[in-house]
Amino acid sequence: MIHFDRVHKHYPGGHEALKDASFRIEPGELVFLTGHSGAGKSTLLKLIALIERVSQGQLVVDGENLTSMRRNRIPYLRRRLGIIFQDHHLLYDRTVFDNVALPLVISGVSHQEISRRVRAALDKVGLLGKERLYPITLSGGEQQRVGIARAVVHKPVLLIADEPTGNLDPELAQEIMKLFLLFNQVGVTVLIATHALDLVRALGRRVLHLDHGRLDEAMVTTR
Amino acid sequence: MTVLERKPPPDRPRRRNAPRPANGNSHSRTLPSPKAYLLRHAEVLVSSLGRLWRNPVASLMTVAVIGIALALPAGLHLLLENARVLSGGWDGSTQVSLFLRRELPAAESKRLAAALLKRPEITETTLIPRAEALEEFRALSGFGGALDALDDNPLPDVIVVRPAATHATPKAVEKLVADLAVEPGVEHARLDMQWVKRLYALMEIVRRGVEVVALLLGLAVLLVVGNTIRLDIQNRRREIEVVKLIGATDAFIRRPFLYSGAWYGLLGGFTAWLLVSTALWATGGPVQQLALLYQSQFRLISADATTVPALLVGGALLGLLGSWLAVGRHLEAIEPN
Repeated sequence: MIHFDRVHKHYPGGHEALKDASFRIEPGELVFLTGHSGAGKSTLLKLIALIERVSQGQLVVDGENLTSMRRNRIPYLRRRLGIIFQDHHLLYDRTVFDNVALPLVISGVSHQEISRRVRAALDKVGLLGKERLYPITLSGGEQQRVGIARAVVHKPVLLIADEPTGNLDPELAQEIMKLFLLFNQVGVTVLIATHALDLVRALGRRVLHLDHGRLDEAMVTTR
Repeated sequence: MTVLERKPPPDRPRRRNAPRPANGNSHSRTLPSPKAYLLRHAEVLVSSLGRLWRNPVASLMTVAVIGIALALPAGLHLLLENARVLSGGWDGSTQVSLFLRRELPAAESKRLAAALLKRPEITETTLIPRAEALEEFRALSGFGGALDALDDNPLPDVIVVRPAATHATPKAVEKLVADLAVEPGVEHARLDMQWVKRLYALMEIVRRGVEVVALLLGLAVLLVVGNTIRLDIQNRRREIEVVKLIGATDAFIRRPFLYSGAWYGLLGGFTAWLLVSTALWATGGPVQQLALLYQSQFRLISADATTVPALLVGGALLGLLGSWLAVGRHLEAIEPN
C-alpha cells in the first residue's frame, strides 16, 4: 500500500526533515508512527498525501509512483485517501452533514447516495442526529469525530491521521483509537502519527519510530 | 525496488486490494454522465447566486459599478443610433440651393430657373419666390412680429436645383455647384448635402469615441470582477485548502468562482439596461417637444432587440472572463500545507 524507498525530504533553507527512509506498509495493516515533535512525522504523512514532494528517493502509494505524479493527477490520488488532522480542518460555515458530504460532492456522487453514506459515516462515529448542527457547537472530541467521518465517508483504501488524539483527554482518545481499529477490521490500511505512546503500547501494533528524521522500526507486542 | 518495477503504467489506475466494500466513487478519471454533469453545473449556478444573495451589500456595490460601466457605452450607442435615424431622412436628398441677387426681377428669376432646367446635369428646378419664402418663414419660425417690423422683404428668390442621378457623385455635384455659383444673377450657391456629410463625419468620430470608451469600460468591468473574485478567493482560502486536501480538482474549485463572475456580469448588464431605460424615459418627453418644434415625428428609439441581449450576454461574458483571470492567477497559489 505504501512503499518508501530511500526517501529524503529537505525543505528550502536546508532543514532535512526525513533522511533515507525506507519501509513498506502492506494493505490491511494498521501502523503507528511515533517520535518527538519535529521528528518528521507530519512530513512523512504529507509526502503520502502529496502535500509535499519527495526530494530524493521513490514513494509508491496504492500502486502509484508519487515521485513522478503530475499535478493534475493529485486530486484523484487524494480521493483514495482519508486524511485526518489534529485540528480537524472542518469548514465552520457548514453543517456537520455538509462537512462530511464534501468528499462525495467532490466526486460527483448523487444526492440520495450522499445522504445515505453521510448518515452511515456519522452513525459509525456516533454522531447520528447531529448532522444539522454546526461544528462550532460541538465539543473537541465530537469535532474530531466529524473529521473522521469525513475521512471515511468515501471509503478510502488508506487512512492517514496526524495526531488525531492530540487535543483529547485519554478516554476520548481511546474512543477514537477504537474507531481506527474498527475501520482497519473492514480492510482499510491505517497509518496514525501520534504522541500517545501508552495507547500505542496497549494496542500492540506495528510501530515506526522517527528520530530527527531517521526511521527506526520497532515492533511492540506487549499488551 | 521490486515494487517500483511492478508499477503499472500511470494512466491505468490500479486497485490492489480488490475485495473492498462496494465503492461507488471511481478512482479513475471517468467523466460523469452528461446529466449528472449538467446537474452539478446547475447546482453551482444556483449556489453561486445564493452566495451573492447572502452578501447583499457587497454584491450590490459590485453589480452597480459594473452596471454603470456598461450603461455608459450602451447609452452612447443608443444616442448614436438615434442620431443616425434622425439624419437618415436626409440621406440621398442632394440638392443645391441658389440664392439669387435680391435686386433681380421676378421674371428674370423664372427665366433663369427655366434655363437651368435645360442643362443635362439638372433634372429639376424649383423656384421659391421671395414673397412665398417670407410667408413660409413667417408661419413656421414664430418671428412673424419681427418680420412685420422690417420695411422690406429681406429674403431673396431661391431656386432649388436637384442634380440628375447621373451627376450625383460628390465630384460632379461639386463641379455643378461651382458652375452655378458664377451664373449671372446668382448671389450664392449652397450644397445642402454638405452639412449632412459633416454630420456623418462627426458621427463617425463619435462612434469611434464610443468604441474606445466601451473598450476601456469593458476593461474596467474585467478588473472590477477580477478584484471582487480575488477577494472572494482570499476569504475562502481555508475552504479551498480543505477541499484540495480532500481531492477536489482545480475545475471543481474554479467552478463556483466562474459562475459568481458570470452572475456579477449578468446582473451588471441588467442594471445597465435599467439605467439606460430610465435615462431614455427621462429624456423622452423633452426630446419629443424639441422634435415637435422641428415639425418632426421623431421619437427616441429605446434599447432594441440587439442592444439588450448584447448588454446581458456581454456583461456575463466579461464577468466570466474577469473571474477566469483572477481564478487563474490566485487559485494555483493556494496549496494546503
